[in-house]
Amino acid sequence: MSQPIMRLFATIVLLFAILAIWTSRWSVLDAKDLRENALNKRPLLAQLHVKRGAIKAGDGSLLARSVRGPGGTYRRAYPAGSLFSHPVGHAVIALNQLAGIERYRNDELSGQGDDELGSLADQLQGKRQQGDTVVTTLDPDAQRIATDQLAATGSPGAVVALDPRTGAVLVMASSPGYDPNDLGEPGVFRELNGSGSGAPLLDRATQSSYAPGSTFKVITAAAAIDSGKYTPDSVIDGSSPKVISGVPMRNDLGESFGPITLTTAMTSSVNTVFGQIGEALGKETMADYMRRFGFYRRPPLDYPDDELVASGERLNGKLLPVTSDAVDVGRMAIGQDKLAVTPMQMAMVVAAVANGGKLMAPHLAERIVDPDGRTVDRIDPRLASTPISADTAQQVNLMMRTVVESGTGTAVALPGIEVAGKTGTAEIGVTGANLTQPSFVAFAPADDPRIAIAVTVERSQGGFGGTVAAPIARAVLESLLS
Amino acid sequence: MSARNRELLGLIPASLLVTAGFAAVFIQQGSEQLSNVSLTYGAIFLGLCVAAHVFLRIALPYADPYLFPLVAVLASFGLVVIYRIDDTLARQQAQWFVVGLGLFVATIVFLRDYRKLEQYRYLIAAASLALLCLPRVPGIGAQVNGAYLGVRIPGVFVFQPTEFAKIGIVVFLASYLRDTRQLLVAGARRIVGITLPPLKHFGPLLVIWGVAMLLLVVIRDLGSSLMFFGAFLAVLYVATSRVSFVVVGLALFGLGAWYLGTHVPHVTDRVDVWMDPLNADRYPNVGYQIANSLFAQADGGLLGRGFGEAFLVLPGGGPLLPAPQTDLIYAVIVNELGLVGAVAVLTTYLLFVQRGFKIALLARDSFSTLLAVGLSAVFALQVFVIVGGVTNVIPLTGVTLPFISYGGSSLLANFVLLALLLLVSDRARREAETAR
Repeated sequence: MSQPIMRLFATIVLLFAILAIWTSRWSVLDAKDLRENALNKRPLLAQLHVKRGAIKAGDGSLLARSVRGPGGTYRRAYPAGSLFSHPVGHAVIALNQLAGIERYRNDELSGQGDDELGSLADQLQGKRQQGDTVVTTLDPDAQRIATDQLAATGSPGAVVALDPRTGAVLVMASSPGYDPNDLGEPGVFRELNGSGSGAPLLDRATQSSYAPGSTFKVITAAAAIDSGKYTPDSVIDGSSPKVISGVPMRNDLGESFGPITLTTAMTSSVNTVFGQIGEALGKETMADYMRRFGFYRRPPLDYPDDELVASGERLNGKLLPVTSDAVDVGRMAIGQDKLAVTPMQMAMVVAAVANGGKLMAPHLAERIVDPDGRTVDRIDPRLASTPISADTAQQVNLMMRTVVESGTGTAVALPGIEVAGKTGTAEIGVTGANLTQPSFVAFAPADDPRIAIAVTVERSQGGFGGTVAAPIARAVLESLLS
Repeated sequence: MSARNRELLGLIPASLLVTAGFAAVFIQQGSEQLSNVSLTYGAIFLGLCVAAHVFLRIALPYADPYLFPLVAVLASFGLVVIYRIDDTLARQQAQWFVVGLGLFVATIVFLRDYRKLEQYRYLIAAASLALLCLPRVPGIGAQVNGAYLGVRIPGVFVFQPTEFAKIGIVVFLASYLRDTRQLLVAGARRIVGITLPPLKHFGPLLVIWGVAMLLLVVIRDLGSSLMFFGAFLAVLYVATSRVSFVVVGLALFGLGAWYLGTHVPHVTDRVDVWMDPLNADRYPNVGYQIANSLFAQADGGLLGRGFGEAFLVLPGGGPLLPAPQTDLIYAVIVNELGLVGAVAVLTTYLLFVQRGFKIALLARDSFSTLLAVGLSAVFALQVFVIVGGVTNVIPLTGVTLPFISYGGSSLLANFVLLALLLLVSDRARREAETAR
């Protein structure tokens, strides 16, 4: 009976070999596919056990931190509630929901940015995976003022304030906001996404596009001067109405100015002058300068791609080239036509003018600090483009000062600090409904700009950029400059 | 070196393993009384094993020296893994270990001449079948996941009769085939190219097949049936040396399994899940267990996450890996110790089986040989059925991983199995020694 016994044993060895092969199949050979399988909850659970790094404001105050939950897990707490809901975003790991900085910096915050070797060494030492801290450029006081002031208008809106010299984002406020602390509760996401909620999850600073109205005249003026075809003293006929692109265009209240300089046209926001300039410069030139200021691309912000929207002419939700036949360049030059521009983009435009024509890439993160307190990465200021010359920038700067001194933007004037700005009031809704979309762009101090700001209020009953948006800009500027 | 001294030396790795294992789990849990408790556990375990060893030295001086240390390694490893899953269960398992050692000693004392079992073979067969049918008896039977494998003894525990029945059936087969093996071979004739034994003697074997199939229907568990029937074929093959018997047997089993797999809903589910373990539609219900078994293994990789590092429960308290201490304990092992640890466990089982076959080769009489073959085969098949189920080689069914899984019945029955193997080996080696 010995031969059958040997054969039987050989069979059993074979069966065990099959077990070993199948085990290696799941644990090693197919492991990657299994780990990435959508049904597999383990990667998510692993994330729940990671102590994410904190997110801090520029002054060091905590915007987001991880607190211990049950069973060695962590959950996110946002000490400032809804105040930073848009720039910071949220991380609800259990629901696999990430937004804002929490999403863009997820690798650093969850400690995945480390190299393989380093994490293996950590594992051998029994160190738990721990995330790095992200220190942002945000200013809590100014953020609070911007948020409160927006809320006081009773309308949705957004405020973006940059340091034009570095591109640091100091304020990025969008109203209405949401409290990211509540997102873990059942049904909250559905509620916030539901109709009638006012779309609080939408970051209106980067995702909502508005007709910029007369604030766009900053770009038209910059193009006019930088192209060499105009100077601030060029005299243009400011009569109203004036036929532009075959259709009569009117100034505000139908006011007729007669022949005036470009500077005066800026001060009083004379539509017919800028309409003529737009036609004279042509679509190619306008398209060129818009691109230089960053239009037709997502802003180079350290923020998730799908939470950023490119600005430009839009038809049926799609970007339309300026050179398209469907574009009315005269009306585009005064910020009408089909322009759809984010507050972030407008802030970049005035920041470039303020910074002598140099556009610095906006950024929210200032540095990344590891759990031992070492700075592992510093986000250095980076030149994004040079849309206009320093001379042009200086001339546009001077023109914008007159707007605040004696024009449509006097409401932003601050005692002892010279402010340069431009108002905008786009009409929305049906004609005669008297619904407007007030906006305002500015920078200060005008002779050595440290802050560039864009304010947009989504809806106002007959309000103007100078009366609704400019006071918000004033309050934020005051806080940031004090 | 004498056999018993080798056995004693073999216990050293087992006690080191249990001490190191507990220490690792304690460290992971951040416990304060690390050194004391892990050493105490190790010392108690070592003490018990040494006591059993001293008993073997007196009672079975010629018995195989490797089997007991191998079991000690498996049992201590099992204790550590169970402790890591749930310390209450580990304490209970430790108590079962003590009871198991008692039963082990009792078996050796009362069955010194294990050949007496032959006299009671029909009684043993009938008792085993009765045990298997017990879970279907209303009032005491316990259905788990659609299979009838347990008997609820109120207030005590759920008794798993299959664990004991497997030993009884092997004893019967060894005894029956010792008598009839010559007749089965001598009377065989070739019909359409297949060698078939005479019906008179094959009849009882057909009855066994029929009973196995019936059991399949009764207990509704493909894995247990495979284990029983596989052991039957193994003993039949060794007794007759006829591959054709095995082929016919496998074909008959395949037929039965196919019928079951297509007609009994609970078995059909298992087969569907086996064919496509990551199906998203089945995942929330019938596919959850096997899918998470595979995910756990993938999480382990080559070297594993380390003791106590695997995820077993969901944040809400629900199971991420269902039945981690019994059916899916192998998945936990792969998760925490990786492919390397799992292969080490499989190798330990293979060494145990190899010693069992070695005993069969040494045995002087047919009954002893067939008994050793049957016990080793049923042990190996049990490992194959559960590990094969967890790794989706075959449909997953609920049998235990011998000596490692949590469960009193399993531990007790396998200690009886070990005692029988040692008894056979003591006799065989004693006879070999005296014949020299």
